[in-house]
Amino acid sequence: MTLLSADGLTKRFGGVLAAKDVSFALNAGEMLAIIGPNGAGKSTTFNMVGGQLKPDGGRVTLAGHDITGMPPREVCRLGVGRTFQVAQTFLSFSVLGNVQMALIAHHGQTRRLLAEASAMHREAALALLDRVGMAAQAGRPIGELAYGDVKRVELAIALAAAPRLLLMDEPTAGMAPAERASLMALVSAIAQREGIGVLFTEHDMDAVFAHADRILVLVRGEIIARGTPEEVRADPEVQRVYLGHSGTRAAARARRAAHG
Amino acid sequence: MEWSFLLVQALSGLASASSLFVIASGLTIVFGVTRIVNFAHGSFYMLGAYVAVTLVPWLLEFDRSPWLFFAGVLVSAVVVGLFGVLMEVTLLRRIYRVPELFQLLATFGVVLIVQDLVLLAWGPVDIPGPRAPGLRHGVYILDQRFPAYELFLIFVGPAVLALLWLLMHRTRFGVLIRAATQDREMVGALGVNQAMLFTGTLFLGAALAGLGGALQIPRVSANPQMDLSVITEAFVVTVIGGMGSVPGAFLAALLIGQLQAFGVLVFPKITLVLVFLLMAAVLVVKPWGLLGRPEAAAGRAVLPEGILDPRPLDLAGKLLAAVALLGVLALPLLDAYAVKVGTEVLVLALAAFSLNFLVGNGGIVSFGHAAYFGLGAYGAGLLVTRAGLPMEPALVAAPIVGGASAALFGFFVVRLSGIYLAMLTLAFAQIAYAVVFQWVEVTGGDNGLVGVWPSAWAASREAYHYLTAAVTVAAIVFLRRVIHAPFGATLRAARDSAQRADAIGVDVRMHRWLGFTLAGAAAGLAGGLYAFSKGSIDPTLLGIPLSVDFLSMILLGGIQSVLGSIAGAAAFHAVKDFFMPLTDHWRLFLGLSIIAMVLIFPRGLAGAWASLRGRAA
Amino acid sequence: MPRFSLSRRALGATGLALLARPGLAQPAPIRIGELNSYARMAAFAVPYRNAMQLAQDAVNAAGGVMGGRRIEFVFRDDGSTPGDAVRVAEELLTRENVAFIAGTFLSNVGLAVADFANQRKRLFLATEPLTDAITMAQGNRYTWRVRPSTFMQTKMLVEAIRGRNVKRWAIVAPNYEYGQSAAANFKRLLPGAIPGAEIVAEQFPALGRVDAGATVGALGASRPDGIFNVLFGADLTAFVREGNTRGLFERRTVVSLLTGEPEYMIPLGEETPEGWIVTGYPWEQVETPPAHKAYVDAYRARFNDTPRKGSLLGYVTVQIIANLLNKANSLDNEALIDALADLRTDTVVGPVTMRGLDHQGTLGTWVGETTLRGRQGTMKNARYADGADYLFPEDEVRAARRSA
Repeated sequence: MTLLSADGLTKRFGGVLAAKDVSFALNAGEMLAIIGPNGAGKSTTFNMVGGQLKPDGGRVTLAGHDITGMPPREVCRLGVGRTFQVAQTFLSFSVLGNVQMALIAHHGQTRRLLAEASAMHREAALALLDRVGMAAQAGRPIGELAYGDVKRVELAIALAAAPRLLLMDEPTAGMAPAERASLMALVSAIAQREGIGVLFTEHDMDAVFAHADRILVLVRGEIIARGTPEEVRADPEVQRVYLGHSGTRAAARARRAAHG
Repeated sequence: MEWSFLLVQALSGLASASSLFVIASGLTIVFGVTRIVNFAHGSFYMLGAYVAVTLVPWLLEFDRSPWLFFAGVLVSAVVVGLFGVLMEVTLLRRIYRVPELFQLLATFGVVLIVQDLVLLAWGPVDIPGPRAPGLRHGVYILDQRFPAYELFLIFVGPAVLALLWLLMHRTRFGVLIRAATQDREMVGALGVNQAMLFTGTLFLGAALAGLGGALQIPRVSANPQMDLSVITEAFVVTVIGGMGSVPGAFLAALLIGQLQAFGVLVFPKITLVLVFLLMAAVLVVKPWGLLGRPEAAAGRAVLPEGILDPRPLDLAGKLLAAVALLGVLALPLLDAYAVKVGTEVLVLALAAFSLNFLVGNGGIVSFGHAAYFGLGAYGAGLLVTRAGLPMEPALVAAPIVGGASAALFGFFVVRLSGIYLAMLTLAFAQIAYAVVFQWVEVTGGDNGLVGVWPSAWAASREAYHYLTAAVTVAAIVFLRRVIHAPFGATLRAARDSAQRADAIGVDVRMHRWLGFTLAGAAAGLAGGLYAFSKGSIDPTLLGIPLSVDFLSMILLGGIQSVLGSIAGAAAFHAVKDFFMPLTDHWRLFLGLSIIAMVLIFPRGLAGAWASLRGRAA
Repeated sequence: MPRFSLSRRALGATGLALLARPGLAQPAPIRIGELNSYARMAAFAVPYRNAMQLAQDAVNAAGGVMGGRRIEFVFRDDGSTPGDAVRVAEELLTRENVAFIAGTFLSNVGLAVADFANQRKRLFLATEPLTDAITMAQGNRYTWRVRPSTFMQTKMLVEAIRGRNVKRWAIVAPNYEYGQSAAANFKRLLPGAIPGAEIVAEQFPALGRVDAGATVGALGASRPDGIFNVLFGADLTAFVREGNTRGLFERRTVVSLLTGEPEYMIPLGEETPEGWIVTGYPWEQVETPPAHKAYVDAYRARFNDTPRKGSLLGYVTVQIIANLLNKANSLDNEALIDALADLRTDTVVGPVTMRGLDHQGTLGTWVGETTLRGRQGTMKNARYADGADYLFPEDEVRAARRSA
């Protein structure tokens, strides 16, 4: 069944059309990648789904609920977990504390005044960390972790909301190649096992073609191609504007190296 | 009203605007580059006036020429610029790496020191400056006489704006200032000598303040209260214009000049608060001022300045807390005055703790926390004096009044962030102050109200001390509990990353609002206790100086520590109480103590304690 | 010039206590606490303290009080806020063991200390606070005021313009209690002195922040015949300069509180306006009683400075205190209060009585016109207005103090 559908999403920034009539659908357990060159409108599209941006036109529907223009916190409560291009975590908290905080929020307990926060949802938080392979680091301050590990913790935080849909903005940005593959494998496994839909943007084509069930190609705010990895790879338009230029890929690699 | 009068009144407004802009431009440039909220800017203004009233008459002895007058004014500005360099080199340079709020505290120390140094150097008597030769007369504009010197001042503002524009766009130094204002880290990355840039900026900023002061000498006598009278207004101008924006400051100064010139015609009694009403209104509509930009989100992940993961007290901490508590309980064995001071420290500790609940735990920097302290005191005091209720219900009402007013103001405050949020809290505090000050029939105006004494059973110093100890310790223990509880953790989480907090389903604004309200209620309770310990209430309880005192206390204590603000309150009050009976120049020593503590304990007393214990705070 | 003065306790703290006067055979001195805004209002308070020390030494040199005991003032800064002042008062009473307290400058500080004194049942001699409330609605048994109040000084000025044909009045006053109540008193007293007079404009600039251009413009626009000014200090200088340049004071009667006091006259310098009707202290013109000249000479000789209004107040206060101690011959505060009622003291300005009804002293002040002599302002046609003639009417006092 359709978990998420976007119909005719449009967004302008000043005179620039960042997204034009973007429509797609995503099923439970499916991994859908949005790719495109820099400035193609990936993040804009993404943020319109996640509630960080309000679309100028179009609709976003999550499992039949219209969530267009809802703030992120409400989108979250409807079962959407989110990770960011630059990992967003609570830097003053421990690894465990970050996940506990997410669980406290998920259970609507953020206004409790007397309970000991560090004692709440410990087991559940450890279990989540275990799912992303970070249980051993639970007691460390999150600021001490390698970036790849921070990304894993961020995934655990996103999973704390028991989401039906995961939104992952460049989940592997800034990670070493080996870390990237294992993170994507982890996401993919979780998605399949638990029937969670995953919408993600990605620069790393290897990750995209290895894990995405379907791919959207955005260029200058418009979808120019969509389909399975094989279909997209074979699309002449895509090859022309995107994959065909060997220089583009090299540039993308160089950029990633700079990020790290 | 006649047109000629309206025209002249508008010209008066332009002259004030011009003067205000010259001062505010320096403040906004310094903030843009160094991100330091420079309280000492008003002191530079005052120094400019004092240097000029010393130098200019001496020059005019040679020849009463306008050129010598203006040469004297410019030299005064340069001299003050050198004072700015002195402050940068000897003080600020050492603390660029410490939390930004600490720099603010250090500049506040400079304010206190300069106040007393000016008294020592020039004496307490106001010193009138000479009028500008050639501009002594009045000029007829239609049928109204207008001072020639003010006509001249009207052109000074735009001239300074033009010169600053040239500096910013035509010189390397100016380009660097603009670059640093937009992205401080980038300038560092480009290999620019930051120390030179900052020194130059402080020179420019202080010289502009000095110029502003020196230009005033034909209009006002140099006096030791000049610094504080100008600093709040200069802040208002920079905030309305957008911190770091020179054209914004110009626009804001124009607005404020006209607002005051015509405001006195319509509301002759509320000139005090008019500018703050404007600031509050601007910030509510434009959260970054007229021409300001959103503060660039830090590209790198930085550890927040504030309370980190709070842990249970270790053994040494427990021992320390126990000793402190025993000390509080044993004070009556010492002497009567120690009891009195101890009671005050307890009250201030609660107020400071509630402020650090916001600042350290929530990342919500309030410059106006005394408002809730004072409103709590008024809530309690009015119930006793006007409604004839006894102390007990009044003390219950104090936190309710403090909390309710915090809820009202906080609704707008939590929409902002960073320095603008701080400035909005300041504006609201000033508005509350003005209401209390002006509403004479109810509040007794600035005379305040007397007769706020405890019930008979708590009337003795000792009984009231124990009552205060019981209430403040209970409140502090409760607030500490909240810091450890999910609500406190949520505030910390929202401080660390509002985006992440939002994405896990936290209504960040709502939680901040509730936190602001809770802190206001605690401050209100402290205010109520304070009122009964003094027997009177008056508007100074809501004033900026007290808000700054509270900030000093938490910074001295250490904002990254849960319990440090208690030590900070005790230390601050003890230093003040030690020096006040000793000398008239206690402000000098208080200022020196503050700077010494900033330099020696850059993470506050709690940070020093943690280092002593060999662990991170 | 300010001296970098350290108090007795500070000297002790720095180990200099050994220098304290020998005098084992003498009885312990009587200590009196004096708290004032020495840091923030130094221009007033330092000459005040100087004169107190002068008077204290004169009293002690003449054999002290109560049959040979010396008096000794313990000076403290009051922090200029009620909160600080109440703590300092507490310190004076508990740690310094003073017999009673005196002083304060700001009205809110004075009122807070007065209520504190009432609570602790100790005498408080409020020297400088001008607010009427301290002897009227908020008066109490333990608080007495030396200086003529806002009402009294305003009344002196209004008497000085009685019957003049000046109908349209503008008021400019600093926006706080002193300014507001001076304005209110003026409005209340004016019709009695000039029938048909009206107030055509009122300006209340914030204290210390007068926007002189706008204020002068607004006053001028109301086309008044007379101006009642309550501004002082830096506000006054700015106001006078702006008004002079804009011609605000030309062909207008200006009545101004306190402007003739040296504290405010000296900074005006050659800008001192001509012919304003003011209260003040032309110390160089005071001929009677002769003791005044002796005090002026002693003051100038010791401090190498001219006396201020604060100096006079300080000196008179000590004279009253010495007289009080002699009369009461006890340090019991109840006895002191009883002795203070209607106590008449011959001071350097003549007799001053502490009226028992409202605890207000009859110390007066000088009323005259401003004038420029050389490059310095002074007063002409000045006469001493005895405070006894300008007190609140007795029934009014009874009504006000009963409600308190």
